[in-house]
Amino acid sequence: MTLELFLLAAAALFCIGLFGALTQQSIVMLMMGLELMLGGVILAAAAVWHFVAPAATDGQVLVVLAVTVMAVEMAVGFAVVTALFRTREADMTDEAAELKE
Amino acid sequence: MLDDVVFWALAGPAVAAAVMVFRFASMARATYALLASLLCVGGLVVRLGLDYLGVVVVLMMTIEMALMGVFMVMFMMNPAGLMPMSMLHNRRGAAVISGGVFVLLAAGVLLTPWPRRRGEPAADPTKALGESLMGPHMLTMMTLGLALFATIVATVVLATRRGRYDRFGDDLRARRAGDRGDGGDGGARVRGGAGP
Repeated sequence: MTLELFLLAAAALFCIGLFGALTQQSIVMLMMGLELMLGGVILAAAAVWHFVAPAATDGQVLVVLAVTVMAVEMAVGFAVVTALFRTREADMTDEAAELKE
Repeated sequence: MLDDVVFWALAGPAVAAAVMVFRFASMARATYALLASLLCVGGLVVRLGLDYLGVVVVLMMTIEMALMGVFMVMFMMNPAGLMPMSMLHNRRGAAVISGGVFVLLAAGVLLTPWPRRRGEPAADPTKALGESLMGPHMLTMMTLGLALFATIVATVVLATRRGRYDRFGDDLRARRAGDRGDGGDGGARVRGGAGP
């Protein structure tokens, strides 16, 4: 159990989430990709706290921050999907693109 | 030795379930795969000595995925995956980007001379976290609190059915909204039509 192994696992989670967020057309699936990326961030922050600076609490605070970001992302994402779906029955990113016009 | 076994028993399924999230045709299965992956992350966080934060991650993810399942059934055109179809775009570009990011991150992880472990964790890391959030990290805590409050307001505003045009009609500067105090007729009086 070393820091490098934990960080590699976190990097793998982050990149799988990135791939999903870039490829998925459905907004809900895209949000799942974002959740995976944040899961990687949580793991990396906890590992750095444990292996580098366990006496300081900064790593723990970073985990709290990432967990909050996850909750906010989820809540706002679902609210946006609800608003989009209500106005134009869109649940795909490509359908929402006409927002810019 | 035991640490290694636990690490591989949690990190392996975490990554494997993460891959399966985007391979399952059924959205419900994808949600459960995501839940499995994030539960393993929570387990790893507990294993690293952060009991409280690990349990928070586990509980939050369980509830979040339950909510996500409800939203899937509400919004997705193919939630059960009974008609397998591809809902992907720009596969190759995304693979190149995410592969490149992984190579960069892995190179950084392996090439960085990480500092040696300094100090010992507090006897109760949770207490240390609480004292730090209520002490030197108070600004972080206040910012998080404000952000969460803003999120509550923003989600209600976004998700509500009636906007200000429904309440005031065309004249947003009207002194009184056209609907009743209890939110009854959706501004129909102002628009001059019959209520719903």
